Amino acid sequence: MADERLEKLAEQLEQPLVIQTPGFDARFPNTNQSKNCWQNFVDFQKCVKLKGEDYVPCQYFKRTYESLCPNIWVEKWQDQLEKGVFPGLKERKAHH
Amino acid sequence: MTTMLHTHLFSDMPESKQLNFQDPASPMMEQIIMLHDYTMFILMTILTFIMWMLMKTTTRMMYWRNMNENTKLEMMWTMLPAIMLTTIAYPSLKLLYATDESMEPELTIKSMGNQWYWSYEYSDYENKKMEFASYMMPTEELKMGDNRLLEVDNRLMIPMNTNMRMLITAADVLHSFTMPSLGMKADAMPGRLNQVNFLTSRPGMFYGQCSELCGTNHSFMPMVMESTNLKNYSYFIHTET
Repeated sequence: MADERLEKLAEQLEQPLVIQTPGFDARFPNTNQSKNCWQNFVDFQKCVKLKGEDYVPCQYFKRTYESLCPNIWVEKWQDQLEKGVFPGLKERKAHH
Repeated sequence: MTTMLHTHLFSDMPESKQLNFQDPASPMMEQIIMLHDYTMFILMTILTFIMWMLMKTTTRMMYWRNMNENTKLEMMWTMLPAIMLTTIAYPSLKLLYATDESMEPELTIKSMGNQWYWSYEYSDYENKKMEFASYMMPTEELKMGDNRLLEVDNRLMIPMNTNMRMLITAADVLHSFTMPSLGMKADAMPGRLNQVNFLTSRPGMFYGQCSELCGTNHSFMPMVMESTNLKNYSYFIHTET
């Protein structure tokens, strides 16, 4: 059992760690990054809604919000999405 | 022993009766110390001069007839202080804006203040998302050479010479994340994400303490950052569960 774990670890250590994180976003140049996190979360939800779960480019937003948002914020918003009370996805009503 | 070497080779934690800054571990802190020394030089020069003037006027009834109705002299002692203040203000402002500058970050770490401990999140890696709490070590559990009220059970590991982005927030009340040897401090507020950028230029263990009064155990929620090379860091990422 331990050998297996060691082997797996050695294997993992062989692979170089991919150093990758969201870059500077000119829309959010300030110290306060709350909106940066929020916008990327909303964009991901919208992207999935429009293009479907399998549309790969949507993952960009997911990676970004996962890197930026505190986990409990994401949990809270996902909970709201499930209950249908998430405030970020209000549909605009069509005017006739 | 290694801990003692780690912590005492450089002064990376507060010490009893300390008068100076902790040893710098980031380019920004070096700049801050340089600004401090430069400002101190001007300050001490002025102080010495003023003290000398005061001594003269009080002890020897210094009187200089040319001091009366002397427009040139008055121009001088108005403008000189103004120029001196500008020479202090300019580098100070420059440094203030430099600390806010966001370099292209390579790693994002989220830090959350809780009553009364810090928790850290590493979420950059697709297959390895980490979240852990960092509590202060109680005095009974300290080993030889450990720093009382400063040691924690889970340290924040970071690779050195890497542009870091730290996002600071709080879960309950105001806290403040600070790392004096890196020259960084930011308030942790519930509902707000504060971003600080930093880079450590050498390996080491850096100690900080919560800097915003947050309740009973405010003094007992230190933060410890271990700066290491990329290899050790990647080992930490792979092994930590």
